[in-house]
Amino acid sequence: MARPKLRASCHVPDHAGRYGEFGGRYVPETLIAALDQLADQYEQARHDPDFQDRLSDLLKHYVGRPSPLYHASRLTKLCGGAQIYLKREDLNHTGAHKINNTLGQALLTLRMGKTRVIAETGAGQHGVATATACARFGLPCVVYMGEEDIRRQAPNVFSMKLLGAEVRSVTSGSRTLRDAINEAMRDWMASVENTHYILGSVVGPHPFPRIVRDFQSVIGQETLAQCNDQIGRLPEVVVACVGGGSNAAGMFYPFIEHDAVELVGVEAGGRSSAAGEHASPLTYGSPGVLHGSYSYVMQDQDGQTCDVHSISAGLDYPGVGPEHSYWKATGRVNYESCIDDDALEAFETLAKNEGILAAVESSHAISTAMRIAGERPADQVVVVCLSGRGDKDSAEVARLRGDDDS
Amino acid sequence: MSAVDQLFQELKKQGQKAFMPFITAGDPNLAFTSTLLKTLLRHGSHICEVGIPYSDPIADGPVIQASYTRALAHGITLSDIFEMLRQTTPELAAPVVTMVSHAIIYRAGLKQYVKTAKQSGVAGLIVPDLPVEESKPLQQICQAENLSLIQLITPNTPRDRALRIAASSTGFIYYVSVVGITGERKQVPQSIKDNVGWLREQTDLPICIGFGISNPEHIRTLAPMADGLIVGSAIVRRIAALDEQSEAEVLQDVEDYVKTLMVAISGC
Repeated sequence: MARPKLRASCHVPDHAGRYGEFGGRYVPETLIAALDQLADQYEQARHDPDFQDRLSDLLKHYVGRPSPLYHASRLTKLCGGAQIYLKREDLNHTGAHKINNTLGQALLTLRMGKTRVIAETGAGQHGVATATACARFGLPCVVYMGEEDIRRQAPNVFSMKLLGAEVRSVTSGSRTLRDAINEAMRDWMASVENTHYILGSVVGPHPFPRIVRDFQSVIGQETLAQCNDQIGRLPEVVVACVGGGSNAAGMFYPFIEHDAVELVGVEAGGRSSAAGEHASPLTYGSPGVLHGSYSYVMQDQDGQTCDVHSISAGLDYPGVGPEHSYWKATGRVNYESCIDDDALEAFETLAKNEGILAAVESSHAISTAMRIAGERPADQVVVVCLSGRGDKDSAEVARLRGDDDS
Repeated sequence: MSAVDQLFQELKKQGQKAFMPFITAGDPNLAFTSTLLKTLLRHGSHICEVGIPYSDPIADGPVIQASYTRALAHGITLSDIFEMLRQTTPELAAPVVTMVSHAIIYRAGLKQYVKTAKQSGVAGLIVPDLPVEESKPLQQICQAENLSLIQLITPNTPRDRALRIAASSTGFIYYVSVVGITGERKQVPQSIKDNVGWLREQTDLPICIGFGISNPEHIRTLAPMADGLIVGSAIVRRIAALDEQSEAEVLQDVEDYVKTLMVAISGC
């Protein structure tokens, strides 16, 4: 029998880092002192007007915020239903939402007196955003990236190097984001006294999921205000893609207690619903422990992490942030998955009809939003988080289409 | 009282320090692990730590991580490992504890894991990614089944926290010699003597030191301050030589290596 669902609260996590039953901290003792220090410093920074002013100033003058909320009228017409609006995180400096978090965490690094930064990256967007923030503040930076992702996302690898970061290729396991996180954690185990780990998504041990959500919440806060300004009310539906889930968490969080707004998270459906063919733990997985947190995950019956697949390096991850598990458990957010082919089709449709190359990650959300819009009347509004730009994907999309000249 | 408690009581009476090798279950197969366990314990190891392979071991260095990958590549399952232990432990004169990620225990079910471990002759658990705050449910289950739940203290654990960990640990305290991951190191840090000395005054539990220990010099430095020493990567690295050497050669190499460490530890 299904248990009655609790109403999702904004007042999470608790002091132990729990979102309902999800979250927590499952990491080696060596990291506990650093996580306590981070939680403590973040709590102080949150209430420090100087810190907040400094971050706001950077977001405005360095990142270019607020990012526009754009009415995609041709796409709307094509879908023949609700009005589609795009929250243009792709127009941020570095071309994705990741910079919102890395600047915040770089400021925390300085505040903690740490002198070196490490990060993991999947698609390379977080790696570029971290390398950028580190260049901006003169911090040495090492980015761990799976060998397979280095191949898929070559342009971002060059960018990171140009920005002065060292990119370390990870050859263990599946050679993707999950292994890059493992290697970054291992580095941190040995370097924790002088190094801050700028984790790029709402995953990992407490307080990371909370810190990243808070820094990304600027997306949802702006969207709320822009909806009120531009359409005079809140949207009916908000859609965002979910890998680890940072752009979705930042977009959804400010809407959580606006019950009338439907929230839809889109996971990577990969090639099919068969195990190993997708990266949709909320859709096909079950709760377990991975990377220091209790959340939905793709594991076998022994608790070994399963290999996953997505066409997009940024969604190619077997776990998901604990707050998403909480939102799923409370029924506040509906999660579904979008297969590779549909995401690619949305990528092309958006490019041809709106002149926007979206990241393949974001294209998953675009695809689902197009379907939802088509099912709704024209007086409704669907907002999609266009979390990043697609230049990095052009070559890979061309290769997949067979247009590759090389 | 668990078999781990009994062991340390006995060693204390004899004025002897425990030598505790770590090996990976199923590296490269379970038959070899069973033989290796018997060999190690026959040649005087006092207790053996058996690592349960895990796909994402963030506390482990490249050597142990690679051993986990090798074992998992052969399709080893948790029930295979417990079956091997169930058949092997009755022949062993010393206790076995499992080093296992909480991801695996959680998936098996806490009660189920502890029950099966017990039935397989396992005397205790070390769960390197389960901090003291999250350890209570497992601690209660282990207590009921009379298994030790050995917890870890590191050089950067604040002292008030170390007291809480010591209070909730059973069997022994695993003192991690370095801030970092498992793996051999040239030198042991100086601060360790102060930290372990302080800890010794706070608890009656035996204190065993692990991470980075690989040669007789390390043993002679650390054994006087500890109740036992744990050697992992240096042994696992020798097992990796099975690619090029026969089982008999590898077993002989491990045996010879462990003997040099045993000589060092028995002189302390």
